[in-house]
Amino acid sequence: MSIRVEGLYYTYNPGTPFERAALEDVNLDIHDGEFIGIIGETGSGKSTLIQHFNGLLKPTRGRVLVDAVDIWQRDVRLKDIRQKVGLVFQYPEHQLFEETVFADVAFGPRNLGLDEDEISRRVRRAIEMVGLDFEAVRDRSPFELSGGEMRRAAIAGVLAMEPSVLVLDEPVSGLDPRGRDELLREMETLHREFEYTVVLVSHSMEDVARLAKRLVVMHEGRVVADGPVREVFCMTDLLRDTGLGVPQVTELMHELARRGKQVRTDMLTVEEAKAELLRLLRSEGRVR
Amino acid sequence: MFGNVTIGQYIPGDSPVHRLDPRAKMLIALAVITVLFLVHTMAGYGIILLFILGAMVLAHLPARFVLRGVRPLLFILVLTFGLHLFMNEGRVIFRLGPLVATYEGAFRGFAMSMRLVLLVLATSILTLSTSPIELTDGIESLLAPARLVGVPAHELAMMMTIALRFIPTLLEETDKIMKAQMARGADFQTGNVLQKAKSLVPLLVPLFVSAFRRADELAMAMEARCYRGGQGRTRMKQLRAGARDVLATLGSTAVLALVAVYF
Repeated sequence: MSIRVEGLYYTYNPGTPFERAALEDVNLDIHDGEFIGIIGETGSGKSTLIQHFNGLLKPTRGRVLVDAVDIWQRDVRLKDIRQKVGLVFQYPEHQLFEETVFADVAFGPRNLGLDEDEISRRVRRAIEMVGLDFEAVRDRSPFELSGGEMRRAAIAGVLAMEPSVLVLDEPVSGLDPRGRDELLREMETLHREFEYTVVLVSHSMEDVARLAKRLVVMHEGRVVADGPVREVFCMTDLLRDTGLGVPQVTELMHELARRGKQVRTDMLTVEEAKAELLRLLRSEGRVR
Repeated sequence: MFGNVTIGQYIPGDSPVHRLDPRAKMLIALAVITVLFLVHTMAGYGIILLFILGAMVLAHLPARFVLRGVRPLLFILVLTFGLHLFMNEGRVIFRLGPLVATYEGAFRGFAMSMRLVLLVLATSILTLSTSPIELTDGIESLLAPARLVGVPAHELAMMMTIALRFIPTLLEETDKIMKAQMARGADFQTGNVLQKAKSLVPLLVPLFVSAFRRADELAMAMEARCYRGGQGRTRMKQLRAGARDVLATLGSTAVLALVAVYF
């Protein structure tokens, strides 16, 4: 399933002294089966943008097309769009409300008007997809879970709608390093095994770099870069200007290159950098 | 979603009204409200309306924004006017079955609606031109004499400051949780009253959970900074009423008193 954004403008509180343009002329194409990262510093408009993908915000100007259909056309049911495009907000555990994890995850499917068997099937599948033990958590209160488990349960609540696109706003913020790694790995599994189109919003270059194939950089309500991760990572000046900073490994490689070492600079992860540095040291005969 | 709530909002500025001592503004607002309940002629309401509009212009507040605060009142206004129109005896304008509309009713209905509108306008101008901190500082200072008879002025003011401070936060939070549940197919708009009330559960439970969490964190943060109530507490910004503030208060009160007496 594809999402297309055309000439999108969005203004908060129009006509009041608090008027603020959050998005200006945003154009974006998200293709079926992609894993996209949207990065930008706080206030760059990334959260506002993704709330347009499933019709939670109505564009001030411009169009949003899901599967080539304008979602603000009269005959489009927004509920259908919201089922297709699953949106996980930042700190999704804050939206938990039911007495049991099962009931909470079932909230979405129930709103879709499915029968009980189908609801049970979806809830079990969603809970297992996020790496929780279904039998162990189904009857527990979501408020008794640990922070990481709560977040997973909340994400399961969106997965149970069985969307084809999954949009996640800062899914790992506030998690400890291990929780972070695990959750990111699960996102990758969702993308690879269950063929979800994933849009990952983050201000951390490192997180996005490991997973996304394509990167969209937002700055002051505009898309300032859009391309393969490696290409975007090489735009060091642009990244510095947008307040994102350059990932440490990329910074290190650039500094080495500046000092005349023969190294590649398009490194995304520490592992890649390590391999490249070892190659360099070997070529200089400093390690065998 | 909640962008149209004007009450409790503050528009920063540097107008003469903004610079006025909050106590002066509150006393004047109080005078306006009192007089509103004393006058009983159209001319009286007219003068008060002019007074309020004058304050609005002096405060450099956009009229559209101030008037927007009246919108949520519309239903009450229509109800008030309707009730008065049909519930008074006097010269008949028209009949609607058993209902009889009278001139006297129309007049009283209009006067009551006017009263409500002016009440909201006056208080909106006060809150729009005074920051919440100034407001509560002013209240604390005005209530200070009542401390002698055991009114916990400081604690009341602190509670108000905190309440006001968290209104925008809670609205934001409500908006966010609402959207999050809508993303899961929740529907807050359609259905009958019972269904609508039930649909609020997924909104209210998370809201309460987060409000309690916030309260807990705030209490902790205040304690960490050795907050122990008002006793012996000094402030960085002292309220100091100048000649201008006294003059503005006395002048306005005098004018309003005259209006109350003659209209």
